[in-house]
Amino acid sequence: MNIATETREGRSILALREERLDSSNSGELRSIILGLLTADGQRLIMDLSAVRFIDSSGLGTLLNSSKDAHQRSGSIVLAGLQPRVQSMLELTRLNVLFDIFPTLEDALAKG
Amino acid sequence: MFDSASIRVDIVVPYKKRYLSLVGNIAEAVVQALDNYGGDRDTLAFHLNLVLTEAMVNAIEHSNPLARDHAAKVSISIEGDNLCVGVYDQGPGFDLDLVPTPDLEEPSERGRGIFLMRTLMDAVSYRKTEAGNVLEMHKRLE
Repeated sequence: MNIATETREGRSILALREERLDSSNSGELRSIILGLLTADGQRLIMDLSAVRFIDSSGLGTLLNSSKDAHQRSGSIVLAGLQPRVQSMLELTRLNVLFDIFPTLEDALAKG
Repeated sequence: MFDSASIRVDIVVPYKKRYLSLVGNIAEAVVQALDNYGGDRDTLAFHLNLVLTEAMVNAIEHSNPLARDHAAKVSISIEGDNLCVGVYDQGPGFDLDLVPTPDLEEPSERGRGIFLMRTLMDAVSYRKTEAGNVLEMHKRLE
């Protein structure tokens, strides 16, 4: 899985460099996120701007990763959602569980 | 009235999740190649990619492990204004009517695949055939 991680302004940023987040790679993503949530209170920004396709497995992974973060008193916010990815979050009403920002810069500034 | 020549594309791939994107991309290309489709082509392509991905994963996860060495068959056909897709599996099958609607207010990790198929397509069915079980989806193209 092609992922870039960095820390900026005290925030962990995970940029998913894949066109698809589906059943073939969502399990690996969950493991990577769990690996980043090593301390309590971590605030993770997921940059999904490269992702143009998400399936139910990908949606489930976002949900569970958010739960993992909350259990550690942290949070995950989403940035850069393409319209069809956003529409899938809305269709399944998962959008209400996340703070969603148009761009990574917006998430850093306001998230 | 949507008027198009009939198209049928049969895809045979191994029962592996790494082929999900290949099948999805073929489905999108079929939609982009439609003549005289007046709807939102990109949205239809995305939805077809999605429901086929969900059905493929369903077939892979429900297939008899011994059958996973065989090929999975996916069929996409368009006749007039009727889009029909079928995904075959060689497993014991399941009762589609017993698949619950997910509680969107109390979301859990799994259980959205059939919901997405039912939401984005006009009809979803699952039945046994001589070629194995087939999950079939229909949508009227407007």
